[in-house]
Amino acid sequence: MDIKDFKFDLSLTPTDKMMLAEIADMVDTPDGAFNIRKNGEGVVRTSTENIEIRQKLDKPGIDIIIKPFTVAEKVHIPVIITESGVQETVYNDFFIGEGANVEIVAGCGIHNCGDGESKHDGIHTFHIGKNASVKYVEKHYGAGDGNGKRIMNPTTVVEMDEGSYCEMDMVQIKGVDSTYRKTEANLAKDAKIYVLERLMTHGKQEAKTDMVVNLNGEGSSAQIISRTVGKDDSVQVFYPNAVGNNACHAHVQCDSIIMDNAKISSIPAISANHPDAQVIHEAAIGKINSDQLVKLETFGMTEEEAEEIIIQGFLK
Amino acid sequence: MLELKNLSFKVDNEDGSGALHIIEGLDLTIDDGKFVVITGPNGGGKSTLAKLIMGIEQPTGGQILYNGRDITNMSITERANLGIGYAFQQPPRFKGLTVRSLLSLAAGKDLPEDECCTYLTKVGLCSMDYLNREVDNSLSGGEVKRIEIATLMARNLNLAIYDEPEAGIDLWSFTMLVDTFKTLAKNETNSVIIISHQERIMQLADEIIVLANGKVQTQGPKDEVFPKLLSEFGSFSRECNLRGEAK
Ligand SMILES: Nc1ncnc2c1ncn2[C@@H]1O[C@H](COP(=O)(O)OP(=O)(O)OP(=O)(O)O)[C@@H](O)[C@H]1O
Ligand SMILES: [Mg+2]
Repeated sequence: MDIKDFKFDLSLTPTDKMMLAEIADMVDTPDGAFNIRKNGEGVVRTSTENIEIRQKLDKPGIDIIIKPFTVAEKVHIPVIITESGVQETVYNDFFIGEGANVEIVAGCGIHNCGDGESKHDGIHTFHIGKNASVKYVEKHYGAGDGNGKRIMNPTTVVEMDEGSYCEMDMVQIKGVDSTYRKTEANLAKDAKIYVLERLMTHGKQEAKTDMVVNLNGEGSSAQIISRTVGKDDSVQVFYPNAVGNNACHAHVQCDSIIMDNAKISSIPAISANHPDAQVIHEAAIGKINSDQLVKLETFGMTEEEAEEIIIQGFLK
Repeated sequence: MLELKNLSFKVDNEDGSGALHIIEGLDLTIDDGKFVVITGPNGGGKSTLAKLIMGIEQPTGGQILYNGRDITNMSITERANLGIGYAFQQPPRFKGLTVRSLLSLAAGKDLPEDECCTYLTKVGLCSMDYLNREVDNSLSGGEVKRIEIATLMARNLNLAIYDEPEAGIDLWSFTMLVDTFKTLAKNETNSVIIISHQERIMQLADEIIVLANGKVQTQGPKDEVFPKLLSEFGSFSRECNLRGEAK
C-alpha cells in the first residue's frame, strides 16, 4: 500500500503511518470526520456538518454524534501507541441518530519496542437510533520487537433501537499479546445485528472473548460468526451467549482451526425466555482439513505454503 | 514414462487379525503420450493406486519410477513439481477461496480472467457465474467436481490422473467433458490416466486396465480389452455403467 503524505502536519512518523494503514486503511487524510489518538492524546480531530466529534471533559475519550438521517458518511477513529509503557482506558460514545447510515472505522495499533507494558482498553458504547444502520470495523494490530507486552481489552456495548441494523467486523490477526474482549448487545423490536470476529493467535498469546446478545424485541435477530486460528502455545477462550427474550432468531457459529500446541475452548450458552425464540449455536474446533492440505500440495505447494493459504481463506 | 514395480500397499486390519492387501505386487508401465483408462469393481484399489502415484499414500513395498527416476520416497510437492497431478474422486471444498484463486493456485501464477474462463468452459461451467464464487458448501457436488477437473487443466501436466471425472456430472456437461478428454488424448507427449466406468471415456483410450482385488486383471489396447468387457458384462449399446454391475 502506498502511504501518501497526510495533508495535516501531524508529525506522524513512518511507523505511525504504517500502523494507520494497517488498522484503519488510512493512507491519506480521510473524507469525513476523524480523530487520531496517539500515545494517550488526541493529535487531530475533524468534525463535519453531520458528524460531530467532541472530546469528553470528565474522562479520556470522545463523543461521536451523528445527526439523524445522515447518509453514507464515514468516521475514522484510530488509536496508535508507539511509546513503550503507555497504558490507557478510553471511553468512546457513539450517538447515531434516527435513520442515519454510517460506517465507523476504529482500530488500535501498538508498536512496542521497549520493555514496558503498553495497554489500550477501549470502552465503546453505541446508541443506535431507530432504523439507523451502522457498519463498524475494528482492527487490532501489534508490532515492535521489545519485550514489553501489547495488551488490548476492548469493551463494546451496543444499544439498538427499533428497526436498527448493526454490522460489526472485528479483526485481530497479529501481534497482540493479550486480549480480553467483552461485547454486549441489546436489541429492540426488529433490530438486527451481524457480528464477524476473526482472530489469530500465535506465540504465547492469550485471547478471551465474552459476548452477550440480548434479543429483547419482537422480530429481532442476531448472527454471530467467530472464526479463529490458534497457533504455537497460544490460548483462546470464547463465551458467546445469546438470550432470546422475545420472538426472535439468533445464530451463533464458532469455527476454529487448532495448530501446534494451542489450546482453544468454546463455551457457548444459549437461552430462550420466550416460546417463539429460536436460538442456535454451532461450534467446531479442529485441525486443518488434511484433504485441503493434500490438494494444495498436489499443486506443488509445500505443507507450510498450503497451511498459509488455507488459514488466509478461513480468516477472510 | 511411469513404471510401477512390484508395488504393494497393505494396511493392518482393525481387529489386529493381520494385514489387508489393497494393492498387491502390482507391475505396470505407462508410456509417454498414452491415454489410459483404469476401470474395475468398487474397492478394487483404483483410487489407492492413484494416491500411491501422487505420493498421498506411501507404498509398503515396491518402487515407483518416473522417467527413469525413483520417486518412491518423494513428497507430494516434489512429485507435483515433476508435473504429476491428481484430480480427487471426492474433491475438498475451500472456505474463503474463490474459483479464480483456486485455479490460479493450481496454475502457480495469477491467471487472467479469460484464461480461467477457458478452463471452466472445458468442463462445461459458465465461467462468469463461477469465477468469484467461493469453493465452499454453496457449490453443488457436480460443480465442485468440475472445478476440480478444471484445476488439473490449468496445470501444465506431464502425467494427469483423473479419478472418476464423470461422477455426479450431468449429461450435457459430460458430453463437453468427453470432448475435452478427446483433445487430451491427441496429445503425443503428455500422459493421461482416467479412472472411469464410462463406456464413452473408455472409447477414447489407447489402453484399458482392469484393476480388481489390488491386481491388474487385464491390460491391453482398447480394441482388445473393450470387447472382452462387453462380452463379460453384456450389451454396452446404451450408456452403461460398469459400477452397478461388477460384483
Ligand atoms: N487407509 C486405508 N485403510 C483401510 N482400508 C483402506 C484404506 N485405503 C483404502 N482402503 C480399502 O481398500 C479398498 C480399495 O479402495 P479404493 O478407494 O482404492 O477403491 P476404488 O477401486 O477406487 O473403488 P471405487 O470404484 O469405489 O472408487 C477398499 O476396500 C477400501 O476400503
Ligand atoms: Mg475410487
